[in-house]
Amino acid sequence: MRVSADYDLCQGHAMCEVEAPEVFAYDKDTNQVRILDVHPDESRRPEVAAAVKYCPTMALAIED
Amino acid sequence: MTSIDSASVRASLDGIPEVSRRFPDDPHGHLRELRTDPIALLHRVRDECGDLGRFQLADKDVALVSGAELNETFFRAPDDVLDQGEAYPFMTPIFGKGVVFDASSERRKEMLKNQSLRGEQMKGHAATIEREVNRMVAAWGDDGEIDLLDFFAELTIYTTSSCLIGAPFREELDSRFAHHYHDLERGTDALAYVDPYADIDSFRRRDAARQTLVGLVQDIMDRRSARGTVPKEERDLLDVLISLRGDDGEPQFSADEITGMFISMMFAGHHTSSGTAAWALIELMRHPDAMADVVAELDEIYADGAEVSFQALRSIPRLESVIKETLRLHPPLILLLRVAKQDVQFGDHLVPAGAMVGATPRVSNRIADDFPDPDAFDPGRYVDPRQEDLLNRWTWIPFGAGRHRCVGSAFAMMQLKAIFSVLLRDYEFEMSQPSESYRDDCSKMVIQLEQSCRVRYRRRAGR
Repeated sequence: MRVSADYDLCQGHAMCEVEAPEVFAYDKDTNQVRILDVHPDESRRPEVAAAVKYCPTMALAIED
Repeated sequence: MTSIDSASVRASLDGIPEVSRRFPDDPHGHLRELRTDPIALLHRVRDECGDLGRFQLADKDVALVSGAELNETFFRAPDDVLDQGEAYPFMTPIFGKGVVFDASSERRKEMLKNQSLRGEQMKGHAATIEREVNRMVAAWGDDGEIDLLDFFAELTIYTTSSCLIGAPFREELDSRFAHHYHDLERGTDALAYVDPYADIDSFRRRDAARQTLVGLVQDIMDRRSARGTVPKEERDLLDVLISLRGDDGEPQFSADEITGMFISMMFAGHHTSSGTAAWALIELMRHPDAMADVVAELDEIYADGAEVSFQALRSIPRLESVIKETLRLHPPLILLLRVAKQDVQFGDHLVPAGAMVGATPRVSNRIADDFPDPDAFDPGRYVDPRQEDLLNRWTWIPFGAGRHRCVGSAFAMMQLKAIFSVLLRDYEFEMSQPSESYRDDCSKMVIQLEQSCRVRYRRRAGR
């Protein structure tokens, strides 16, 4: 599993950090998401999928 | 940038087909149709012209895009290419001409997000919304009738004012504020593209309503200054704005300016949430199976006494799907507009600087290739693996997309989940007029339910 963020879309709502804190962090300096783990373990798929789903700007994607 | 003259703008728009005219005698192009049946106009642009067509709005040409590819270009464009600033002249008299913000609209949006719409504020907002719904239904009997527009417009005045400005300010408001605010929203006739101060009834009422709201805010400010200072934790945004002093030591903002700020803060979240709540309830009454599914889902979630303020922030899948499908079919904003500050390439065509460019949630949300059987209400679209919202991120656009996507979308979804958690837990609803008689009044740029739009409620057995 590979995760990506579209920085044209991210508005820094930090909802992904709530859903999957090991994979996504809110970066105060850029006011955008920082991906902590581009290739998260398969076991984290449910929480990463929740982060993708609940991102208010649909900026996140799982690329298999 | 080179100077723009309208003749050269027109010349380079020639390659983009213009939609047919329903009113060929209209001196303002398609304005009359935009003021009477905008939905038919917007759909006809796509039907006749495809992904890129144009219509004439007074002295401006509007290049209207739809479909994933051109929508993506539209929504990714930065402000120095496609600018929102001058695209909505009907808003200026509502916010107030003299209201000077120190910050751009982007910066204000950013501030709003960081102040009131932060993730960690949401739990408190959910509790506020639950409390406000309960206050609204406290006067209900075991059965009765309500007007959907009146009910949800008043409720969302209380929720947006309390969540965005503060509880003390909300406690100063009653239904009068909602009533005058509604006159502001009704003052968004597209005739503003010709003259925002034209002598027509809805503009006169708009200006009178704004004056009345300034008076109400002035009264509240007078009571605040008579009361004196209160501890910091009891202050709201109004107290902060009153306390600010300019370099001369005088109050920095007048009641007029503060009212303008509050109107603009509440505007994006009010008619949008109010209309979506009303349409969600209408669609649920029209589709008893969906209603039964959602009521069963809520009953199960709240069976063990879970708090609405906790649950509204979490997944309520069937209710969420109903809300998403309501937003797809009835997007509160049907036309999003920008002004081209530079020449912009859309597919094979160059849209010249000076033209307006529009995208249309109403049309894009119903593209049959992306949303099979597009006019059907089908909450199943959002269930894994279909996920038609995520798969069509450039055409499922009730909140817009890209740089200017609604910053309040998470708040809005939470608010709708909280509202229906309370209403459907204690009450059942049925239509008290024919199903097809619930429709939008599209004669203003702010679309609202046409009255009458009455429904009957009955307290559920054992509640």
